[in-house]
Amino acid sequence: MVAWIIPIILVAIVGFFVSIYNALVQLRNRVRNAWSQIDVQLKRRHDLIPNLVETAKGYMKHERETLTTITEARSRAMGAGSVADKGRAESELSGALSRFMLVVENYPDLKANQNFLALQEELTTTENKIAFARQSYNDSVLFYNNKIQMFPSNLVANMFNFVQNEFFELEDASEKAVPKVQFTN
Amino acid sequence: MLLFIGMAVVLCLLGYGIGYTVSPEGGGNLGLFIAVTIWLVLSAMSVFGGGSLILKLSNARPVTPDLHPQLVNVVEEMKIAAGLDATPKIYIIDERAPNAFATGLRPEDSSIVVTAGLLSRLNRDELQGVIAHEMSHIVNRDVQFITVAGIMLGSIALLSQVFLRGMWLSPGSATRRYRPKSSKVGPQGHAAIVLFTVLLAILGPLFARLFYFALSRKREYLADASATRLTRYPEGLASALEKISAESIPLEAANQMNAPMFIVNPFTGKEGMSLSGLASTHPPIHERIEILRAMTQGADFTSYQRAFSKMKGKPTMIIPTSGLRKDKPAAIREPHPDVVKEQTKKAEVRDVMDLMRAVNGYAFLICACGLKIKVPPGFDQPAIACPRCNRENTIPRAQVSDVAEAAAVIGAMVGSLAAGKSGGEPPVATETAPKGDYGREAPPLEYRRRTDGWESFACSCGKHIQLSPAFSSHQVTCRNCGRIILVDA
Repeated sequence: MVAWIIPIILVAIVGFFVSIYNALVQLRNRVRNAWSQIDVQLKRRHDLIPNLVETAKGYMKHERETLTTITEARSRAMGAGSVADKGRAESELSGALSRFMLVVENYPDLKANQNFLALQEELTTTENKIAFARQSYNDSVLFYNNKIQMFPSNLVANMFNFVQNEFFELEDASEKAVPKVQFTN
Repeated sequence: MLLFIGMAVVLCLLGYGIGYTVSPEGGGNLGLFIAVTIWLVLSAMSVFGGGSLILKLSNARPVTPDLHPQLVNVVEEMKIAAGLDATPKIYIIDERAPNAFATGLRPEDSSIVVTAGLLSRLNRDELQGVIAHEMSHIVNRDVQFITVAGIMLGSIALLSQVFLRGMWLSPGSATRRYRPKSSKVGPQGHAAIVLFTVLLAILGPLFARLFYFALSRKREYLADASATRLTRYPEGLASALEKISAESIPLEAANQMNAPMFIVNPFTGKEGMSLSGLASTHPPIHERIEILRAMTQGADFTSYQRAFSKMKGKPTMIIPTSGLRKDKPAAIREPHPDVVKEQTKKAEVRDVMDLMRAVNGYAFLICACGLKIKVPPGFDQPAIACPRCNRENTIPRAQVSDVAEAAAVIGAMVGSLAAGKSGGEPPVATETAPKGDYGREAPPLEYRRRTDGWESFACSCGKHIQLSPAFSSHQVTCRNCGRIILVDA
């Protein structure tokens, strides 16, 4: 009888750890997937900008500066490496774009341009998608980090070198007022 | 979940009772087995059968990005926010009634259908709210849940119909044939079970229906909560619901089976308000709007739960505890710039219209719900019902007609001339004894409130000042002369 119990307990423990490991892998993949979603949208925005600037150039003779700011911010954002760097560069680009959208209000001809209208909707949705992808990424990072820190999954996480991920924050005055994410432990 | 189990219990009891009545020796278990089999077979048929039947029936057209770029974009945004793997297929129905619904039993092959009427009425933020609500139905697997529950309801109705008709055709056959042999229950016990089954067959479908509707309403609240969590903007959905509920065009594509999936109850026209009770698939729309508008602190589940409890006046749980536990605070975002522009434009038009009304002797009342009621000059009723919230607002006497108003103004002037004395009608704020330390400013006036309702009185300059029932401060400033008037409740 006792000879049976010990192997059964051992198998149960091993099975338990395997399931934790699998759950961690799943969460890590979800974080990676969410990050690639953000990446896709950021790339899409980078692709839209040359088109936008090209369309606007003809109408906005006196706004050279605004347009060059956007172009510069774009190339900086494309060169950024780490998550934190990227966050900073991309929020700079967002700022430049929203200033541009304000300036556009003074150019009714540009606003009537069919091509520009389509671009504007594309830009709006891309901005939204970035925001939602960031939301979803930060959610999955929170779950993943929680799992890594909590017992007993932290044992497995340490053993197999699962590292915590950074949140993707945008440096923006209005976003700073938002209450920070809190860990529930 | 409890409601779902309740329905299952009714189904099982019914099956067992019918089986037992037909053949007491082991028939109960067989009946139970048959009941569950009927339910499973019907469920399987609906799962593998025409899931997209409704789409074909309603002449839904698939939407491509060049047909309606904004709709496609908004759906994609919500797909990203919800973290779905595949974008649901999008369809448009050419109907004027503004509505939307989701179909598809699995998130991977789901579709979102909107009517042309919806697209023409909503702005970007509102559309986003509606799509988020439908996306939540997909993510929460409500389509599955409601379909399975609906089929259970159908099975219960089917079983009890068959049973009752059988009883009608051969009454007593069940009881007379029975000779107690080795059974544990005596003849009385047997009769009791038969009676119970008959009762259950009559009442069962009724209860199952109530359970089903309660379930559907709960999933609606949940979808609203999930939608605000996805968009982080409760006002978008709230104002969309408001716009949709203002219409009373019936939707032809709706039927009993898919009604729970719509954003608002497709059967609720103007006369359908009586439906919004126990026998409705959707909670009353004004309650949903009220909850969404009460979410001022955040767009997360906890905030929705708090707003829901506040609206109901008791701490009823609407969000499953598992959802609340995983919840984290989410801040409300800013409205879309185009929407802000549209609102400021509307506000400007409204200001101009109000100015013209004021010139023509209209009076304005602000209802406690925030709506500005325009009272025409000839209006002679003592009270007016708010068109939005139906609350009775008593009209201050000074506003009943322009004649009365003129009289009031004169009264106020007389009152201000004879400072210190209170004018007859309307009341006039009285001078307090000057304390002397107000510098060059005029000393504050004093006004004593008479009721808790609407009140208006005249400042010493003749300007009318209105106090709403919600007024709680201790002083107001005259907008004409800038004098401070102390209000004594």
